[in-house]
Amino acid sequence: MNFGFTEEQDFLRDAVRKFVDERCPIAQVRELMATPDAYSAELWSEMAALGWLGLLVPEEHGGAELSWVDFVVLLEETGRTVLPSPLVSTALATTAVLNAGSPEQQRRWLPGFADGSAIGTLALLEEDDVPGAVGVALEAEVEGDDHVLRGTKNFVADIGAADLFVVAYRVRGDLALAVVPATADGLSCESLRSMDETKRTGTLRLDAVRVAPADRLEAAPGGETVDFLFDCGAVAVTAEALGAAEGALDVTVQYAKDRVQFGSPIGRYQGVKHRLSDIWVDTESIKSLVYYAAWAIENSRAELPRYASLAKAYVADAFSRIGVDCVQLHGAVGYTIEYDIQLYLKRSKWVRPMFGDADYHRDRLAALRFDS
Amino acid sequence: MDFHFTSEEQAFRDEIRTFLDEHLPESIPEDDSDFIRTWNEKIREKRWVGFNWPPEYGGGGGDVVRQFILKEEMSARRAPALGIDFMGLTWVGPAIIAHGSEEQKAEHLENILDGTSHWCTGYSEPDVGSDLAALQCRAELDGDEYVINGQKIWTTSAQIASHIFMLVRTDPDVAKWKGITCLLLPMDSEGIEIQPIENLSGKASFCQVFFNDVRTPVTNRLGAEGEGWRVVMGALANERSGISESTEMERHLDQIRDLARGSKRNGRPALEDAGVRRRLSDMEIRIEAMRLTGLRHLTDQLNGRPSGSETAINKLQRGILEFDMSELTLELLGSAAQHQGTLQGETLSWHGTVIGGGSPNIQRNIIGERILGLPKD
Repeated sequence: MNFGFTEEQDFLRDAVRKFVDERCPIAQVRELMATPDAYSAELWSEMAALGWLGLLVPEEHGGAELSWVDFVVLLEETGRTVLPSPLVSTALATTAVLNAGSPEQQRRWLPGFADGSAIGTLALLEEDDVPGAVGVALEAEVEGDDHVLRGTKNFVADIGAADLFVVAYRVRGDLALAVVPATADGLSCESLRSMDETKRTGTLRLDAVRVAPADRLEAAPGGETVDFLFDCGAVAVTAEALGAAEGALDVTVQYAKDRVQFGSPIGRYQGVKHRLSDIWVDTESIKSLVYYAAWAIENSRAELPRYASLAKAYVADAFSRIGVDCVQLHGAVGYTIEYDIQLYLKRSKWVRPMFGDADYHRDRLAALRFDS
Repeated sequence: MDFHFTSEEQAFRDEIRTFLDEHLPESIPEDDSDFIRTWNEKIREKRWVGFNWPPEYGGGGGDVVRQFILKEEMSARRAPALGIDFMGLTWVGPAIIAHGSEEQKAEHLENILDGTSHWCTGYSEPDVGSDLAALQCRAELDGDEYVINGQKIWTTSAQIASHIFMLVRTDPDVAKWKGITCLLLPMDSEGIEIQPIENLSGKASFCQVFFNDVRTPVTNRLGAEGEGWRVVMGALANERSGISESTEMERHLDQIRDLARGSKRNGRPALEDAGVRRRLSDMEIRIEAMRLTGLRHLTDQLNGRPSGSETAINKLQRGILEFDMSELTLELLGSAAQHQGTLQGETLSWHGTVIGGGSPNIQRNIIGERILGLPKD
């Protein structure tokens, strides 16, 4: 029994923090979020060279073959400055291929994810935004050996940057998954402006896109894989949000130490101090939940649905409150575009619905506990 | 990070379960002191009372992981507490082991383990609550005796205690925490007067204790004169991972679930009501966060980094939980909540739990100042 990080994981955390401070401080973030796809190819290849994009990829396919706990460390640290990148999307596409791809398919796609030459993302959700296999309604037509997709996938993260889409659909009611390249005939992307400008999501239109057998992920049952991906997504988003919540707290604590009113730094007043302390209690509690959930992905998969829900339900509400309160604790400057705290507020609004909001996960927890 | 237990640890867990299967009755008698005595003797034989104390003092020499397993298993089966003299076991004994003379160890430790002593703790005074270092209860040296004059208040269980572990001011002329000394006093010392205070549920859980020229030999001093602050701060750091608390909360959650199953909302069991279910899930989330945060602190202890102010996390989480649980219990009871009953009584006790050991706002001050580095107010 050991709920601590290894020395290597501590090194990883330090290295990521140093990288973020040097290569992508918040001024740089503001530049990146103004670009069409909200990411920098240069930064992406630097991260590839550091081995971070292949963190979850086995060594034989060019990766570092580390764990989800390591990945959560990476996300927590990049989350601190709301660093824009398709890191979560590509890791989830990697997870889909690792989980349901044949050895041949793993050889085909994983090296590209690891070396940064391919950006992947999930295309699971549809218009009604139901976060689970039950929300997949798109029905493929079967033509010979091929599946033909006609329809729309919504809220696809990093849609403009992605080279490969992991698309969920149904064949005669059964769930299926396929890897579809952005260059496929009949595929078009519409990247939409987000409230959180460090993130991009959009609509994927499929107009008679043909999926050959070689592109279908069939090594594991489709429904199970889709639900697993939603849980992994919830863990990843929670980890990134945790880092952002810590970032928001750091920024606001600093402001509370610097800003003087009535002859004293405002952080001396309990109205400010106590709220900041509560935020710290939240971030520490989220850590406990998300670290365990990340560990469960590879070590105790039966526990994953419960822990993914515990973590995401906590962070979705807590971070929303943290975003609002940190802006408020800044006073009028918090409402300006100039101060960085607004970036965290917007991130908190992006995090809330991703892979299920708090009520969705509370309902799922209740069903797990009371109905089974 | 690895949440698996070693095969030795697993074997220890099995040993506890087998013991409980053999010795713990199906229905545990409530408030039956004979049963508690017999039970204590049985777990004493296993060395599970004072499980983390060194073996040379009658303890079990157990490490933190085994201690966690022991508490988890005992709590899951609703076994009586691990030992009778709670304060003796939790901080008085460890403080005596760390700072006591051989005579003090011989006099007190075995009694604590056997539950033949019953310690209370004299910290708070009428004008001294959270600002403990400002305490004024005076002890003056007269030959080889201290003469104590002053008052303590909010002293839990003083009316049934055999001894008091107390802080007194021995030197009023130095910086406030430097003039404090720790004493170990029999409660039947001449000049001690005890007045129970009725709490809001109508029970006497704490007392005022008056000291009028109480004389006690210097040999009842724990640690050196003026070292009382250090003795007590070490004692406070003991045993705060909060793990057994989360198991207790978990059991409480099951109780509320059963209540929700039996009561109605809109003609259907309240357990089917979406609002009730979401509130129960919120409680589950906080309880599990507490349990895992406790495990993180435990790991820190294993790695030689004792927990400090971080334990305020679970103290605050527990405060929120106790409040939410009390309120939901009363809501589920409906108008029947107005009548006195066991559950109704329990919902009043959270006010005590939340304040004991430092109210939530004090915890927030500690976090804000010691951890976030905000200026002191």
